[in-house]
Amino acid sequence: MRITLEPRPPSRWREVLMPFAAIAASLVLCGLLIVIAGANPFQAFAIMGEAAFAGKFAITETVARAAPLVLTGLAALVALRTRFWNIGGEGQLLVGAMAAAWLGAREDIPVPLLVPAMLVGAALAGAALAAIPGLLKTRLKVDEVVSTLMLNFIVMYLMMALLSGPWKDPVTGWTDSPDILMDAEFPVFWAGTRLHLGVLVAVIAVIGIGIVLKRTSFGLAMKVVGENPKAAHHAGLDVGRITLFAVLLSGALAGLAGAGEVGGTQFQVIASISPGFGYAGLVVAMLARLSAVGVIPAAVFLAAITTGADEMSRQTGVPFFIADAVQGLSLIAVLVAMTLARYRIRWRPSPKREAAS
Amino acid sequence: MSMLDIILDIGFFAAAIRLAVPLLLGTLSELVAERSGVLNLGIEGMMLAGALAGFATAHVTGSLWLGVLAALILGALIGLLMALLVVILRLDQTVAGLGVTMATTGLVFFSYRLGFGESATPPAITPFSTIPLPLLSDIPYIGPVLFNQYALTYITYLLVPALAFFLFRTPAGLALRTVGENPKAAAGVGIDPIKVRILALMAAGALAGLAGAYLNLAAFGSFTFGIISGRGWICLALVVLGRWKPFACAGAALLFGAVDAFQLRLQTSGSVDLPYQLFLALPYVATLIVVIVNTRFAAAPAALMEPYDPEKR
Amino acid sequence: MADDTPLLTLTGITKRFGEVVANRDVDFALRPGEVVGLLGENGAGKTTLMNIAFGLYRPDAGTIAVAGRPAVIGSTADAIALGIGMVHQHTHVVARHSVLENLMAGLAGRYGLIDHTAALARLAEIAAAYGLGLDPDRLVGDLAIGEKQRLDIIRALFRKARVLILDEPTSVLTPQETEGLFSAIKALKTDGVGVVYISHKLNEVRAITDRVVVMRRGAVVADAVNDGTLTNAGLAVLMCGHEPERITRTPHQTGAARLELAGLRLGRGTRPIDLKVQGGEIVGIAGVSGNGQVRFAEAIAGVTSPAAGTIRIDGKAVNAASPRRMQEAGLAYIPEDRLGAGLVGTLPVSDNMVLSRFGASPFAHFGWLDRKAMAAFAERQITDYDIRPPDAKLPIGLLSGGNQQKAIVARELALKPKVLIIAQPTRGLDVTAIAFVHRELMRLRAEGCAILLISDDLDEIFQLSDRIAVMYESAIVCAMAVEQATVAGIGLAMNGGAVEAPA
Repeated sequence: MRITLEPRPPSRWREVLMPFAAIAASLVLCGLLIVIAGANPFQAFAIMGEAAFAGKFAITETVARAAPLVLTGLAALVALRTRFWNIGGEGQLLVGAMAAAWLGAREDIPVPLLVPAMLVGAALAGAALAAIPGLLKTRLKVDEVVSTLMLNFIVMYLMMALLSGPWKDPVTGWTDSPDILMDAEFPVFWAGTRLHLGVLVAVIAVIGIGIVLKRTSFGLAMKVVGENPKAAHHAGLDVGRITLFAVLLSGALAGLAGAGEVGGTQFQVIASISPGFGYAGLVVAMLARLSAVGVIPAAVFLAAITTGADEMSRQTGVPFFIADAVQGLSLIAVLVAMTLARYRIRWRPSPKREAAS
Repeated sequence: MSMLDIILDIGFFAAAIRLAVPLLLGTLSELVAERSGVLNLGIEGMMLAGALAGFATAHVTGSLWLGVLAALILGALIGLLMALLVVILRLDQTVAGLGVTMATTGLVFFSYRLGFGESATPPAITPFSTIPLPLLSDIPYIGPVLFNQYALTYITYLLVPALAFFLFRTPAGLALRTVGENPKAAAGVGIDPIKVRILALMAAGALAGLAGAYLNLAAFGSFTFGIISGRGWICLALVVLGRWKPFACAGAALLFGAVDAFQLRLQTSGSVDLPYQLFLALPYVATLIVVIVNTRFAAAPAALMEPYDPEKR
Repeated sequence: MADDTPLLTLTGITKRFGEVVANRDVDFALRPGEVVGLLGENGAGKTTLMNIAFGLYRPDAGTIAVAGRPAVIGSTADAIALGIGMVHQHTHVVARHSVLENLMAGLAGRYGLIDHTAALARLAEIAAAYGLGLDPDRLVGDLAIGEKQRLDIIRALFRKARVLILDEPTSVLTPQETEGLFSAIKALKTDGVGVVYISHKLNEVRAITDRVVVMRRGAVVADAVNDGTLTNAGLAVLMCGHEPERITRTPHQTGAARLELAGLRLGRGTRPIDLKVQGGEIVGIAGVSGNGQVRFAEAIAGVTSPAAGTIRIDGKAVNAASPRRMQEAGLAYIPEDRLGAGLVGTLPVSDNMVLSRFGASPFAHFGWLDRKAMAAFAERQITDYDIRPPDAKLPIGLLSGGNQQKAIVARELALKPKVLIIAQPTRGLDVTAIAFVHRELMRLRAEGCAILLISDDLDEIFQLSDRIAVMYESAIVCAMAVEQATVAGIGLAMNGGAVEAPA
């Protein structure tokens, strides 16, 4: 027996439906997990849906949770356009958060400049961290997968050291950073919800990145570099510089996600400031099929799963790690679906029988 | 306690070996996968799954060796999944490997919480105890360091020459290396690259599972969510440092075991007044340095990360 | 020999790749001691048919028999076990393994161990019988390309092949090496080995084969005994279905030197290259592939930097060049690896048509793409150069090789280059596309462009060039006017032999 992949003629609707099929498949798998955990999957999904979308509070909470995912998703996507695997979104988010918290607590910054300073500072911090693997890759050809992963761990431990050292609360002894100033807290658009400035930043970023990718020569250059670096070099494009630029942009976006978490939801840096937003960004980018607009529904989906799983876990006792499982499984499912949209799988039986005839 | 005191004692070297073993098993796992031409980023998830499989089985059955077996089997199964994705479906190895790691991580956390609940004191097992090898352990200095270890450690010692022998002296090893260098050439001489890669990934999965199981069956005695915390990724760099050769990989793993032992000692010695988390970052910094320094001289298998399409014209 | 049962019989073979039918109901037979020439244009289905016999592809219909018995060839392992060996056009060897390791890969070994002794003995045996020898300890990466091919042949014989399939074996050989290959084939014949000789070179096929099978568009169109009555013209008509177009090169006045290379070194240890190409002149670079041609072209085009030397275009030195700088200086480069280096297969034709200029006016203004201008430009080029299918939005990777090459030629000529470097311009193209490319080159020559033509195909070099230079070990070893060159002389130089200096 031999399994072969045969190319299918391209089909628009198959490409469009594919991510949905992938999400459906991963939800079915998770339904099985819920059954194993001893709960009714339909009831569990109903609770999740309700917790994520029913009512003003639920919806806005989900949207607020989606904002960092939109930004880390864009970060992964922008780098991937040049075929740079930025798995360092997590670390870049953390340095962004630290920069925002540091700037947001400073009394010497004029009040109207506080929030802009936090945003700019976080973006710069993220970009600066991303510059390390970016330069290593473009100058020394160091594989970015390992370097970005290692930087995630290094930054995480540095942050922990900061929290249990210089930033430790001298009174309570808690390992949280000092609160940012009241004036540094991001404005909220809808009283009583958490729809803060970070959400707007995420939406603007989607529009901006979408335009850059589609309408500008830099966007096309990134695509040429990503699809065929050799041809890009032959055509006179500076592959290293374009890649590095995309990586810096990627890091800045992830850094902004950190600013949003500090300025909009936590108002300080805590050890668990990011429950893996950076890694989830890769899932978002893949679910979005690397399109900027697709990042929004993909991020909302993952955010809904997390907020939903929290509530579902409380009510049914199913471990809330089901959210992590859905996230990972949907990544695998979307990859498989992308392949199935383009190829038909043929199982060829052993040819022994044909020969006998 | 000065820096020199930290490393100049037998306890330090014994600890270095203990900490090196899971890295070594993981590195050999990655070595097998990469020699077949597949970058296995699923290794982190495979190690974690092996750790839980080993722990849960040992906890339920009371047999540590059944735990080892379960870790091997689960690891091989995840290796099969990885093979399905990157060998059969020819998905991008980077993102597929990350997907495998993410999915298994989610499933492992889920299963652990489901099986063991949430408690202040995590359930524990009695881990393997060290077995001093007769005569050998009496050798001064070397004996207590090398030959007063766990049974799994001795097995790991044997795996290094065994793997080297397999790779360079047997037809199957030559087939594996040929597939990793040029799958078309392999197909041209009657080797099925797809079969070889599937088997290689299953073997890699089993070894990674064993690496994970070692951590709680021998080292810690309990399962924590952070039990692997990047050890799998570090192995990716150690394969580069070890130039894709078993003995050199063993050396690389030992070096990193020493780094790990060193940072643990720094934490506890109190000789440096810094938050202990800084020391925790040390192995990752060392890994980063390793990939930077080594890239230029690296001799990766030529077909690494290249999917094999038998019908490609 | 009494037994005349065919070694290999293929009956009713059909193979499709998606929409393309590569083989259509093909019958083929090979008898012991017979050399069959399998002739046809690129894409006629010759290689596909033999890949099926070797177990690389599965046929969609048809049966295979080996030595008269129905056979199932599900994998290359099956084919090898049945005594079939194949040597591919691009050798499939492991560069970082030794010759011996390459030979032994896939063999079972003894007591589960690699059996060096037996392998060395067999290697010596083959060297003695057919004059095919190699040092077993050499690293394959250090072998010359002709030696790698020899390794491939030895490897097939190592496995006791009774059927040996050679796919375009001489495309990487000098004329002299080809002679050596032919004597090995003759020795194999007397041993009863059947040889399938895939080629599109008519002279060679007439010289070495007993029978000729001609394929066109996936089907067999002729099967004739090579009794001395076959002619090149007759075979050519069978291959392409019509009289092939002939290029006539009219002598004309050449201008001043437009491209000047002085002391150009491709690597630290290589000899310097001095070469001048005048306006309206085609200089053909002959050479066995792998002798630095790619580096040579890339060094001039600014893709890689040479170890030393200067490049002048119209008398002006262009130093520390990048592809962009060379382009601005008036140089166009069409690489041999079209889809790998010249195009981005997943992007539409329209983007590919402006690959080197979408960042500037008229295709972009202040960083904003002018999609309308890009589309209009692409439409015009598609019409002018008859690129098919005429759809600017189609990913260019879906076009045929000929249309891809047309697109690159269209793109580069739109820059009105002073100097053109074109490498393997017709490799893998069909007859009409070849004629198109050759016509365009002649037109450009008439317009006064200086053209550097790099090709493995000596016929092409002799047909188009005003002067011929030979590249050997990353240096130009001789250069002469085409009227003074002979195939034998050029062949000798390609092999590193001395050539009497042209008068």
